[in-house]
Amino acid sequence: MIRARGLTRHFAVKGGERVEAVRGVDLDVAAGELVAFLGPNGAGKSTTLRMLTTLLPPTAGTATIAGHDIRTDPAGARRRIGYIGQGHGAGDYFRVLDELVTQGRLYGLTRKDAKVRAGELLAVLDLEPLATRAVATLSGGQRRRLDIAIGLVHRPPLLFLDEPSTGLDPQNRANLAGIVRRLHAEFATTVFLTTHYLDEADAIAERVIVIDHGRVIADDNPAALKAAAGCSTLDEVFLQLTGRSLRDGSLRDD
Amino acid sequence: MTELSAAGVIFEREITPVLRNPIGLVFTIAQPLVFLLLFGPLLTDVPGTGGESAWQWFVPGIVVMTGLFGTAGAGWAIQAELVGGSLERILVTPVSRASILAGKTLKEVFSLVAQAVIIVAVALPLGFRLYPLNVLAGLALLAVFGIGLGSLAIALAIVLRRQQETFWAVYQFLLFPLVLLSGVLLPVEDAPGWLASASRINPITYLVEAERALFAGDFVHASVPAGVVAAAVTAAIGLVAGARAMRTASL
Repeated sequence: MIRARGLTRHFAVKGGERVEAVRGVDLDVAAGELVAFLGPNGAGKSTTLRMLTTLLPPTAGTATIAGHDIRTDPAGARRRIGYIGQGHGAGDYFRVLDELVTQGRLYGLTRKDAKVRAGELLAVLDLEPLATRAVATLSGGQRRRLDIAIGLVHRPPLLFLDEPSTGLDPQNRANLAGIVRRLHAEFATTVFLTTHYLDEADAIAERVIVIDHGRVIADDNPAALKAAAGCSTLDEVFLQLTGRSLRDGSLRDD
Repeated sequence: MTELSAAGVIFEREITPVLRNPIGLVFTIAQPLVFLLLFGPLLTDVPGTGGESAWQWFVPGIVVMTGLFGTAGAGWAIQAELVGGSLERILVTPVSRASILAGKTLKEVFSLVAQAVIIVAVALPLGFRLYPLNVLAGLALLAVFGIGLGSLAIALAIVLRRQQETFWAVYQFLLFPLVLLSGVLLPVEDAPGWLASASRINPITYLVEAERALFAGDFVHASVPAGVVAAAVTAAIGLVAGARAMRTASL
């Protein structure tokens, strides 16, 4: 489903310097996998994800999404992905149902089909009573569920989630984890998510990839990573792999 | 999905909140209305404000002024969507950047024409004489100009997306001289030489003159083709700049 070879991204910064945010990342994610992509602030997580979702062109390297090259066929790649970014996908001044229908139509659904699909998602994600509400009036958890609905409206085989649980309370985080698990189990959706909550990654991911300083430094299932490091939690593994020094996270939101 | 239908979906998304709350359009033209009602009456007997009545001279200028300041809203909206994340979500759909720009710009054009109609309606009881077909032509010209302005506002907002307050400062810095030099508020024909020369290199001057001729009922005045060229060139430059900026919006 995802194949990347030598994926690299540099950013020019003030003073003519260059920051190497992602340095030659290779990735292979099979259809149906649920992968957590972890790393400290500034490690290259979001930059990698933004390249895979065609938001950011790579400086070097190649990647395909379901066989579609992100450089030469970005529209083909976009048709096969759902994307839930760090921000809010729905605009403040729009109504919940309208945003879902718009999203469906942008993927080529007819207005009628988009409304039917929007209704299904509102029901599944407990958003039905909010259909005619302005997005700005929703709580943080409700907005996150709406973001997920927007990401799923065209039934993508691959779902990218960029720190989806950041800012949510424990109840909403648990709810979100349940939704992701259900999606994966019922529809075999391939899920590729970044998160700073390692307990969450441990609980839901089948596979954990750790990136630091722009390079993949670990790639295995959570149990194998813990066993290899001799640790009881993924937090301990993570600190062992990436160290305890603070990162400034100055480059975008990585 | 064709480019046109994608632009239509974006336009529908953008215009729906406006249609649900049309009173908002009135509030967005508060400033031009203040000029119309409080500055317009001062122009009676001012030389150079036309023969029929000062309103016939002033109203088309205010309509153009509405376009200049109103389209800043397109820039503000795109910055809010960039910061909030909703533009990013649309950028990940298969829809082209050009369609997104077109849909958003069309919404600005629709709002601009609706605002112009409100201004004309307010001016009627003041003594403005309506030449319906000519005013329609004037609104069409304004729409073409609005495509350019809306796209330019979007382009500027994207370029300055990491310095939001700078967008407003730059927009105001550029617009006020252009408005004053175009003769919207006072005639510039008898201005000092350098000011009159500066006015002639301002494309908005030609648009204002064309609108004044049309609003006065004159289809064949020499200023009309010049105004059409000014509006078309602004639209072309705006669309190119906007499309280029939209391609960089997620970088």
